[in-house]
Amino acid sequence: MDDIAQQISEQIPHLRRYARALARDRTRADDLVQDCLERAWSRLHLWQPGSNLKAWLFTILHNLHANQVRKLKRALDNVPLSESHLSASTPATQMQQLEVKGITDALQRLSEEQRAVVLLVGLEEMSYQEAAKVLDVPIGTVMSRLHRGRERVRQLLADQGQPVLRRVK
Amino acid sequence: MTPPPAPVDDFDLHGYVDHQLPPARREEVATYLAANPEAAARVADYQSQNQALGAAFEGVLAEPVPPAMLTRRRPWLGAITRIAAALALLFTGGTAGWLAHDSLLAPSAIERTVAEPAAYAHRAFAGEFRHPVEIWGDNEPHLVTWLSSRLGMPVRPPDLNQAGYWLVGGRLLPARGGAAAQFMYQDDKGGRITLYVRTGIIGNSESRFQFFDQQGVRLVYWVDGPVGYALTGPVDREHLLHAAQLAYGQTKR
Repeated sequence: MDDIAQQISEQIPHLRRYARALARDRTRADDLVQDCLERAWSRLHLWQPGSNLKAWLFTILHNLHANQVRKLKRALDNVPLSESHLSASTPATQMQQLEVKGITDALQRLSEEQRAVVLLVGLEEMSYQEAAKVLDVPIGTVMSRLHRGRERVRQLLADQGQPVLRRVK
Repeated sequence: MTPPPAPVDDFDLHGYVDHQLPPARREEVATYLAANPEAAARVADYQSQNQALGAAFEGVLAEPVPPAMLTRRRPWLGAITRIAAALALLFTGGTAGWLAHDSLLAPSAIERTVAEPAAYAHRAFAGEFRHPVEIWGDNEPHLVTWLSSRLGMPVRPPDLNQAGYWLVGGRLLPARGGAAAQFMYQDDKGGRITLYVRTGIIGNSESRFQFFDQQGVRLVYWVDGPVGYALTGPVDREHLLHAAQLAYGQTKR
């Protein structure tokens, strides 16, 4: 049992990173992780020893997130957005931060489905198979979402006239 | 004679970027990339995306894990706490009654009891032209008396003038195990935001802002002792937070 506790806690930083990238807001992200861990502990009997613990935990986290988004989105779906209002005030500081925010902003403009795949594969370095397991979709779906997501990010970054951050190794 | 390699497609390029090709195929793709600058440029872009993601979020891995995440909660302990809290409510004569049992433990419960109904209420009334509120803002004393009596504690609409919003009015809303209130505000251009107020929350004394912003859905919600608040509207994050801070400052217990 302690062994499993150890294995779970080893995944916490990764769960937090994925949640942060999904939810953007730090508090909401950590709440997601907390919910995920509570659920994992209460359903530990459903986990098959020897199977992929990381994929299992990420599945729980992902489903919690997807549920919240679905519910809140449904609730606000019919609210008329006044466009003039939306663009009314963007503080200058935000413009300055744009460069750093390039990739995270592009990420936020992907569909939920594309964002999840891009993050699981590109950030968490999961295999396509693992990602398919977490999202409960066929591997072909993972591939096409990955392709569309990355192409969209490319296009968004190109539109910003911003080269993707390249690191010198 | 060896057969020519299978044509390289988009999925091969991703597989190459993500190191998920068998070695033989990887070599074939590498040969292909050397002869195809357009494909090579795309691969380089995909690789840069991965690196940029890593750079953007690498700080999170190094952050100390909050202690709460490391302690395992025991389900039975949770149940006992819930029962105790419900009993305490009964004995103190709280009007909120059984609200307690779904707002105690998980943070997601706050989303369920505060954020979600706030979003629904916003959707229902913010677009309403003739009857956006039950009691108009020019009759504020009556609004305050009525809602306070129905919610079982003093509830008054904060002044959001500094953020450019004036009070349209308010209404009483049904809520599981009790009632809630919605105050509506409007700016000079007719843009509306609503403040949802829900009493009887137990077990969350922390006051902190949580921001929900995903594909056009924006709300800030927080809990202050037994009261949950959610401010909702189609405005940008800074604007909404500013208004939320004003509301928080005036409602803080």
